[in-house]
Amino acid sequence: MSKYPAGENNSYILLRQRAIPDLDNLDIYRQHGGFTVLEKAITSMKPDEVIEVVKGSGLRGRGGAGFPTGLKWSFIDKDNWPHYVVANADESEPGTFKDREIMEGNPYQFLEGIAICAYAIQSSAAYIYLRGEFWQISANLDRHIEALGVAGLLGDNLFGSDYSLHIYTHLGAGAYICGEETALLESMGGKLGQPRLRPPFPPSFGLFGKPTVVNNVETLTNVPPIVERGAEWYRTMGTEKSSGPKIFSLSGRVSRPGNYELPLGTTFRELIYEHGGGIPNGRSIKAIMAAGASSALIVANDEALDTPMDYESVPALGAQLGSASVIVIDDSISIPWLINKTTHFFKHESCGKCTPCREGTYWMMHLTDRIANANATQEDVALLHAVASQIRGKCLCALGEFSIEPVLSGIERFKADFDTAVSETNNN
Amino acid sequence: MLAEKYTTEIQTILAKYPPEERRAAVMPLLYLVQRDQLYVDRHSMSEIAEILGISTTEVASVVGFYSLYYDQPGGKYRIQVCTDLPCALRGAEQFMEQLCQRLGIKPGETTSDGLFTVEPVMCLASCDKAPMFQVQSGGGLAYYEDQTVENALALIEQLRTEAASKGSAKRKDEYE
Ligand SMILES: Cc1cc2nc3c(=O)[nH]c(=O)nc-3n(C[C@H](O)[C@H](O)[C@H](O)COP(=O)(O)O)c2cc1C
Ligand code: SF4
Ligand code: FES
Repeated sequence: MSKYPAGENNSYILLRQRAIPDLDNLDIYRQHGGFTVLEKAITSMKPDEVIEVVKGSGLRGRGGAGFPTGLKWSFIDKDNWPHYVVANADESEPGTFKDREIMEGNPYQFLEGIAICAYAIQSSAAYIYLRGEFWQISANLDRHIEALGVAGLLGDNLFGSDYSLHIYTHLGAGAYICGEETALLESMGGKLGQPRLRPPFPPSFGLFGKPTVVNNVETLTNVPPIVERGAEWYRTMGTEKSSGPKIFSLSGRVSRPGNYELPLGTTFRELIYEHGGGIPNGRSIKAIMAAGASSALIVANDEALDTPMDYESVPALGAQLGSASVIVIDDSISIPWLINKTTHFFKHESCGKCTPCREGTYWMMHLTDRIANANATQEDVALLHAVASQIRGKCLCALGEFSIEPVLSGIERFKADFDTAVSETNNN
Repeated sequence: MLAEKYTTEIQTILAKYPPEERRAAVMPLLYLVQRDQLYVDRHSMSEIAEILGISTTEVASVVGFYSLYYDQPGGKYRIQVCTDLPCALRGAEQFMEQLCQRLGIKPGETTSDGLFTVEPVMCLASCDKAPMFQVQSGGGLAYYEDQTVENALALIEQLRTEAASKGSAKRKDEYE
């Protein structure tokens, strides 16, 4: 019997600890088939065969950009050695708390995923970059890695082959920008966490300047079931272009916030009302942010609620799925207040390397301070829109773009809220 | 001297990275110092610089870039309340305000006994369990989730009693 159920109701492929107690114990994980997939890969598959299976599964990166994972692995430069795997466990997008639950509850599946990825690209050293606040999780992972070494599942000559692998943890220290993969690589190298100019991309120039695969925690946790059960099985879940399960972090004004593992393509309505229990206090839903604070605001009408959450359908609403961190906004919330929160975040987290982002987030913060505090005119709102528009397309990394998403969509889609804010100024 | 006091810890940290990339050890070495003395002074920065073969200015700029390193001593305990958007949608701003009021300080200030600094922080990946905060003391860090002001005040009292009875000794559970 397989260790992964086929995705029927109430079954888990990623958050399996919810069905299997003590899965963070290596013995228990092995009793449920743990590390047989790594053994199978190393002893009976060529590295390229592993990559082909992952390619065929249609798995796309769960860290936000949705890039096809197998394709990324196949880009690794085979003329330049050594190769590295870096797991992105920076998880700092407001509204995102899924990687944490994986690493706390099902850490060995994540580690097995790293190991399979490392074998596929023939890397013998992998690093896990965790945000500094995940200090406890990092210490636990160190213990799990040690247990794997003792059990002979990590280290030299694995399963009698000539393949060796070591995994190390590395703690960040409080900087959202270090979630961006090239800033992360700079940070790991002991430098300031500021993004690099691209190309070259990490598969040719990554950690310590060597070819590197950077993948999100959730992405890597998908790998063992894919290699065990095959690409075709994986594609039975989700939609044609967005296959597989996804963990949706649901937060904000819902009755039951939390992580929900559901197939990609589940509708907003099902997530928010069926799983999340709907909107509390007799309120009604006003807006949705699907990609955490980096989201365009979606007007929560029936059409939006019935939209499948996948990498094609959400953009059709003028928004992004990102890391699928769904923040629910009810009708008591003022959008000027909301964008004031998000601009404070981005101003605080801008790494300062490029002027449009550094200066733009500063100005957006001041303008939204005034608008949110009923101390602004229509000209201020127009100026805010103009400042945000000028940032677009002029930044080195996506943070600058993220910062304007809530601002522009807020002004354009929730104009009445801004009119109210301005009229309150006039009454002051 | 750092190098003498922590010989094995430093060796373990350096062993994680390729020998020619020892600079990568700057972050874990800073944590090593901070766990010991709650902040990183200039002298420790120059010791780290020496171990890694980089300049003290480079180490200082790393300290300045990241928000979890401190170059000044603060309260013994930093109570960092997440007031970012998802938590704010669940009452975190009111929680912060009331907590500070009960402690007689403003956000960012330290209590008069020098023990507690209460400050707002950005998302801590615990958005479904707001109001929440982390308590940072040295490198030790613990999450407190689904909090009420009363809970938080009780915890603060408990920490205060422990601090009084143990003097400057560290709580063991902070490090495990
Ligand atoms: C500002 C910014 C922050 C990011 N934060 C994260 C993060 O916390 N975790 C993550 O996995 N990816 C994050 N990303 C995306 C990474 O750059 C990268 O695309 C991802 O780690 C690749 O892994 P994947 O293909 O498995 O998603 C961020 C990107 C940007 C621009
Ligand atoms: S866009 Fe902002 S965060 Fe990104 S590199 Fe430029 S200044 Fe830094
Ligand atoms: S917004 Fe507070 S933990 Fe995420």
